[in-house]
Amino acid sequence: MFRRQILKSIGVAGLALATGVSAACAQEVVKVGLILPMTGPSASTGRQIEAGARLWMAQNGSTVAGKKIELIIKDDTGAADQSKRLATELVVNDKVAFLGGFGLTPLALSVGPVATQAKVPAVIMAAGTSTIVASSPYFVRTSFTLPQNTAPMAQWSAANGIKTVVTLVSDYGPGLDSEKAFKAEFEAKGGKVLESLRAPLMNPEFAAFLQKAKDLKPDALFLFVPSGQGASLMKQVGERELAKSGIKIIGTGDVTDDDQLNGMGDALIGMITSHNYSAAHDSPENKAYVAAFLKANNNMRPNFMSVGGFDGMAAIYKALEKTKGDTDGTKLVEAMKGLAWVSPRGPMSIDPATRDVTQNVYVREVKKVDGQLYNVEFATIANVKGSN
Amino acid sequence: MSNITSPSPEAMRARAVLLGRSRWGVAEIIFWILAVACYWLFPTKLSLLSEIAILGLVALSVDLVLGYAGIVTLGQGAFFGIGAYAAGLAAKFGMGTSLWSDPVIGLFIGGGVAAVIGFATSFLVLRGSDMTRLMVTLGVALIVDEVVNQMKWLTGGSDGLQGVLPSAVLGIWEFDLFGRVAFVYSLVVLFVLFVIARALVKSPFGLSLQAIKGNMLRTRAIGMPVNARLVAVYTVAAFYAGVAGALAAQTTQFASPDYVAFHRSADAMLMLVFGGAGHLYGGLLGSIIFRTMQDVLGNITPQYWQFWLGVTLVALVLFVRGGILGLLDNMLAAWRRKGGAS
Repeated sequence: MFRRQILKSIGVAGLALATGVSAACAQEVVKVGLILPMTGPSASTGRQIEAGARLWMAQNGSTVAGKKIELIIKDDTGAADQSKRLATELVVNDKVAFLGGFGLTPLALSVGPVATQAKVPAVIMAAGTSTIVASSPYFVRTSFTLPQNTAPMAQWSAANGIKTVVTLVSDYGPGLDSEKAFKAEFEAKGGKVLESLRAPLMNPEFAAFLQKAKDLKPDALFLFVPSGQGASLMKQVGERELAKSGIKIIGTGDVTDDDQLNGMGDALIGMITSHNYSAAHDSPENKAYVAAFLKANNNMRPNFMSVGGFDGMAAIYKALEKTKGDTDGTKLVEAMKGLAWVSPRGPMSIDPATRDVTQNVYVREVKKVDGQLYNVEFATIANVKGSN
Repeated sequence: MSNITSPSPEAMRARAVLLGRSRWGVAEIIFWILAVACYWLFPTKLSLLSEIAILGLVALSVDLVLGYAGIVTLGQGAFFGIGAYAAGLAAKFGMGTSLWSDPVIGLFIGGGVAAVIGFATSFLVLRGSDMTRLMVTLGVALIVDEVVNQMKWLTGGSDGLQGVLPSAVLGIWEFDLFGRVAFVYSLVVLFVLFVIARALVKSPFGLSLQAIKGNMLRTRAIGMPVNARLVAVYTVAAFYAGVAGALAAQTTQFASPDYVAFHRSADAMLMLVFGGAGHLYGGLLGSIIFRTMQDVLGNITPQYWQFWLGVTLVALVLFVRGGILGLLDNMLAAWRRKGGAS
């Protein structure tokens, strides 16, 4: 009788211990699932974001609020049906507390319904169409939006003697956002957009568009193409000798992407762009960031995509700290609203009303520094909102 | 009454042979039981499995035109995309409430639109040799791709078709996050279409297609309406690809230009060659292996999985003729020979 009692109590204790241990194990790991284009035409975006996210974890440890962070990287090849499937699998199978990444607008949009249905925060680290965050209450953005980065360029142009502009953008969400924002801001300041040209997103051939722009003889040609296409566009701009015919080349910083800038050649020197991040940004945070990034990634220079990943992880860490490790999706999104910190790009925050990123936008000029091409910032427009 | 049309013994024998060919084998039954069992075996991989079922259906449609009728095509992706957009638009404008957004009706809309365009373009395919056909089908696919890209007001252009909300399947089963309904739905559609395709290729019609593939001139000489047969099979295959596209749009709830892109056609052909053309099961096996490999390799090395997939493909082509089913056939034949000798 007594022995049975003992056995029973040992059994109960063992069971309690086992369940307790397994519950503790299940809670200790917080999984973050990044869905990125690691292959295909946008592969550079995926590589930069992964490197940025890993750098944040290397610098800040993999434990936050008593939880161990585990990063899962999935390749969606830049195809939206894959992004959606991977998001579903990450939520259902891996039970991730956060989704993140999303290289292009359609990829992010396809994940929106999954995030909403599963109540999992999804941190947009790249895609730049302004409307994405509004499509799910669980979207938070740490990259940038095109209107945010474009308007300062229009203001600078109007203030610096440019009267007429032709715009040339990629024909998809962010491109149209950029075209619209430039035209609105530039014409409000008294300038005139002569023609708005749109090149196809996939396999673009810019020659005909550039010739048309040249024939219109504007004071400046405004360019936007997504990260990764800048080099081929600028090569053709160089071949058409637009700059020599007196047309100033301006654009968003996507075109003079730090990842490719050095390979684009000296023809770019003097090009003016506006953007949220430059590897040449002058701050102690950025100097440390660039040095660590180059060291960890075989001398690959960080671009604006990498800080999207870096700051995306920052937002995730800070949100977990705020909820003291609680992984309830709704609470985490609440915690991210209003977060503010100093990033390598400069001060930034998450707008509590829109969950979109608020940050400084810089006007920059392509210059040669120590034998390498950089976007050197010369003017700052502080605290530009991502979307309204 | 009977002795007037009593068939000759030759005809009876031919009939017996044909009927024997269409009997279900044990391996086939096991295959489908396994497919159903996947629901319980891999409950966490259901969205991948429904994608495999959809890709299998595309590969099946390529098998009909390439494996049976011998039309080399790189344009099946176009019909897939057309089906996806047609069903997607129907679901979108049905708003999840009206009859239009019913998934099963969406399948017929997707397949139907694809079949109409398939029929219209089939006449181009009748012309010329293999190489010309390859170029014509590719050309049609490129045109569809560009039309989808340019008709932004309808298709959403490069941003894709958003807001596709199909209602519950047959008004009962709502699509869920775990992909349960999507998988069962895709598998049922695949099975039904497979059974029809199976009946089709084992019928005299199917035999005539194989005759055309074997020698078109001779088939024409014995009085077969070659062109009509090719038009028919091309249209049916377009319908199949369209239904696959409709399934994809409904289960993923959107459509993007990626659905009409060239690589869809190429992948479908690859899967078929991988599995073995002209077996019906080749496409299904190919899609299973192709996507499983992509998933497994992609998890191991998200950056370099394409390299390993490529290596495997090259190895397969070098060392295994006729795909995986071809390999099995050879092994079976060798085993039988050995069995007969002993």
